[in-house]
Amino acid sequence: MSSSSTSIMDNLFQRSLEDLIKGFRLQLLGESNFISRALEEIRREIKVTDLSTKSTALHKLSYLAALHGVDMSWAAFHAVEVVSSSRFQHKRIGYQAITQSFHEQTSVLLLITNQVRKDLTSANEYEVSLALECLSRIGTQDLARDLTPEVFTLLGSSKAFVKKKAIGVVLRVFEKYPDAVKVCFKRLVENLESSDPQILSAVVGVFCELATRDPGSCLPLAPEFYKVLVDSRNNWVLIKVLKIFAKLASIEPRLGKKVAEPICEHMRRTVAKSLVFECIRTVVSSLSDHEAALKLAVAKIREFLVEDDPNLKYLGLNALSIVAPKHLWAVLENKEAVVKALSDEDPNVKLEALHLLMAMVNEDNVSEISRILMNYALKSDPLFCNEIIYSVLSACSRNAFEIIVDFDWYVSLLGEMARIPHCQRGEEIEHQLIDIGMRVSDARPQLVRVSWALLIDPALLGNLFLHPILSAAAWISGEYVEFCKNPYETVEALLQPRTGLLPPSIRAIYIHSAFKVLVFCLRSYFSAKESILSSSAQEFSSTSSSMNAFTYESILNLVNVIELGLGPLCGTHDVEVQERAKNVLGFIGMLKQELGEKLDLQDNETEAFRVTAFMEDLFSEELGPVSTTAQEKVCVPDGLKLKENLRDLEEICGEFLKPVESDSVSYMDKISFSVSKLRIRDQQETSSSSSPPHEASSLLAEHRKRHGMYYLPSQKDDPDSNGTPSDYPLANELANEISPNAFNPKRKPSQSKPRPVVVKLDEGDELRITPQAKTTIETGNDDESLSRAIQSALLVKNKGKEKDKFETNPNSGQREKEESSRIEENHQNSEKKKKKKKKKKNGEGSSKHKSRGRNQAAAASEQVVIPDFLL
Amino acid sequence: MIHFVLLVSRQGKVRLTKWYSPYTQKERSKVIRELSGVILNRGPKLCNFIEWRGYKVVYKRYASLYFCMCIDEADNELEVLEIIHHYVEILDRYFGSVCELDLIFNFHKAYYILDELLIAGELQESSKKTVARIISAQDQLVEAAKEEASSISNIIAQATK
Repeated sequence: MSSSSTSIMDNLFQRSLEDLIKGFRLQLLGESNFISRALEEIRREIKVTDLSTKSTALHKLSYLAALHGVDMSWAAFHAVEVVSSSRFQHKRIGYQAITQSFHEQTSVLLLITNQVRKDLTSANEYEVSLALECLSRIGTQDLARDLTPEVFTLLGSSKAFVKKKAIGVVLRVFEKYPDAVKVCFKRLVENLESSDPQILSAVVGVFCELATRDPGSCLPLAPEFYKVLVDSRNNWVLIKVLKIFAKLASIEPRLGKKVAEPICEHMRRTVAKSLVFECIRTVVSSLSDHEAALKLAVAKIREFLVEDDPNLKYLGLNALSIVAPKHLWAVLENKEAVVKALSDEDPNVKLEALHLLMAMVNEDNVSEISRILMNYALKSDPLFCNEIIYSVLSACSRNAFEIIVDFDWYVSLLGEMARIPHCQRGEEIEHQLIDIGMRVSDARPQLVRVSWALLIDPALLGNLFLHPILSAAAWISGEYVEFCKNPYETVEALLQPRTGLLPPSIRAIYIHSAFKVLVFCLRSYFSAKESILSSSAQEFSSTSSSMNAFTYESILNLVNVIELGLGPLCGTHDVEVQERAKNVLGFIGMLKQELGEKLDLQDNETEAFRVTAFMEDLFSEELGPVSTTAQEKVCVPDGLKLKENLRDLEEICGEFLKPVESDSVSYMDKISFSVSKLRIRDQQETSSSSSPPHEASSLLAEHRKRHGMYYLPSQKDDPDSNGTPSDYPLANELANEISPNAFNPKRKPSQSKPRPVVVKLDEGDELRITPQAKTTIETGNDDESLSRAIQSALLVKNKGKEKDKFETNPNSGQREKEESSRIEENHQNSEKKKKKKKKKKNGEGSSKHKSRGRNQAAAASEQVVIPDFLL
Repeated sequence: MIHFVLLVSRQGKVRLTKWYSPYTQKERSKVIRELSGVILNRGPKLCNFIEWRGYKVVYKRYASLYFCMCIDEADNELEVLEIIHHYVEILDRYFGSVCELDLIFNFHKAYYILDELLIAGELQESSKKTVARIISAQDQLVEAAKEEASSISNIIAQATK
């Protein structure tokens, strides 16, 4: 008595969902407080035996879970209790809670099988609908298996309301339990002939999903889909059928010929933009070989592009980008609209336009398009600006700068990019600058010019994102110093005070580059002197003086600038910077002695001369690009065990490790300027990158001999080798010759000059990606088994007399047979109808009918082959 | 297929969520936060589609409410816009010029209507009339049961059980 009275009190004074919502809007406690209060209340109420109190509590809980992210998994059992109520409103609340909160791992899932079965067979169609909706969302393998008979029965229901929901659920059932296909597939296919548009729409929706997962298995149903495509006037249905055909046509090209005409018909006839767009998308993605259809689709795309509606504009661009790879003319025809879309306010539209522009790029228009894009980059927001820069960079560098003819122009473009205020693609630009330097020897003078301009601009040093570019510029002006107009200014730029803003690693590159420039200047100074001495070479002096006329004063100046710049760096904390600075200073100290004393001797046998010559030799070795797969080619030598544990390494190496450390410390402590010591140090210092003077050439030669295959043949890099590279792919040059300027009046005169040699490795220039990896993940086991099931179901269907594997329902076997015969009748009827219509239309009817007959014959031979209908 | 449906107010308050693909509670909150951030910040003249994690989100604003649906990449955006519009029209018909408050106080009704419109992430009923008929039939069913339950005789019967 007492318990029932409390439950009545609960029931009478319980807050309903509406009270909760009202309370929520008026509460002063703060949201989370209010929710935890409400939860407390719900926890109490939900334990009550009275079902209406319980269901109200559950209702409130699912409200909080849906809108406020409250966890409701703890109430799973209560939801099962509520579902078992006989009242509709309780059931509804219970099913809603289950749909919302159950997942595969929910333990009480096992308890609802019987309840769902009971509701699926209920006489009340609304209860059936609740159970179906629930199943469509939470169906697990077990549920799908156990409830397949009920779903099958519902597929044949006379109530459209139930039937269409059952069709919707079938997809989930198939997905979880592929064997259900054997049972249900036939009934599903029957519904393709349904006259009720709702049912047709539901079935087509299911097949659309199935076709997306595995188009092959739906291919035998193409005739049925074709019928829908031609007969239906329901846009919802047509859109789905078009999607199915887009999938089918991509694996069966012959289908395209058949469906192109009806699709064009729809495109011309309909006013619904969604249908037009679906037609367009189907044509551009799967039927792009059918010229008439494609032309019509592109015309429709143009209509989209000129509309004011941003949605249509976006979709138009989207469709263009699908067609772009195969039919570039479609994009070129709409070039103005695309360029205009670049200044759209919508970032999606802008991005799509950018992708399209990049798809248009070829060697003739690359400079024009880049010019347009750079202007946009200057004007737009940082995000889009970098998107532009990235697109240009990746398009131009594709396949070892395939589309670039004029490298001087491209290098200047890279320089310009660096100066765009929002530019954040420093690393990519750095990489490309160095890459061009190594691959394209003709571009080096311009590279040095551009680098110089970047280096002398002190403002750029303040921008964090430009540091990688500056490091490339520094490296280039050191490596290719022979093209430098004014080495003195370069050194000044490399050692300007604001370089303090650079990170140490880049600063080290700066110092090293200054070192290279210094060595180069000294070398030209000495060799000039030498040539004057050996009075034979008059022209030599004239050539050298034209570019680098170094006097004794200018050299001294240079040396002083370097000393001034590097002096303070001997005390920095970064070891790399400190070490490089000390190296250079040590070198200078040694030189100064000699320069001061023996200047008048004019003796080319001085130590200074020899050392400089040696350093020059070191730096003059040309660097080439290295294949990304080079490391893979190195075979592991016998006896080298890479994966062995190195635990006893310490024992062996312990003694070596310490001396090395102390050595380096002592080395940094005392800087002596005597030549002999410098030499020794150089041996230690440079042993990794190069070799000491006497053994240098021999070691290098040996190295080359052994690892020659990782290098490119030296004559390829060499600009002096008559400019006729033997194994360079000639495609680009040929193309240049074949397409004369007359074809393209806009063609820039600069492009008519021959494309410089671009060193290209046979392989491994691009990182190899394995596209298979993704597809294997996508086609999981479920899908495979599903498609196999569908195929076998179709086999059964096509054979006419199917083996009925449906055991749970004893009557079904017979019914099945009756139905199958009925269907065959239907088929024949529809065939006749079709035949008549076809005859009226174009007199193809008889061949059509025959082909259908052949189709059945083919099917009878137990093969899921592509129906001859398609031919 | 449609993966989920969200209704978010202009202030970022969630008014309705419905998930057709499995998402944990945590993921749900994350998705809502992420998407409402993106959608609410978009200007009025932009297109109604967002590319998001390999899916597309189609949204449309009606008065102070944003209706969002997440679909697959290959799905038809314009069709989904029509589904959204369809849903709004049905709501409008049911509530009689619907406003945000209707949806706030009748959260469950909006939910049931959506259930009649979509199943398993697909459109199941394109006739507004049919949806209205089904919903009102179910309402009557519930009302009749409620009246019976709340009649005094029933309460007395329960109390003296």
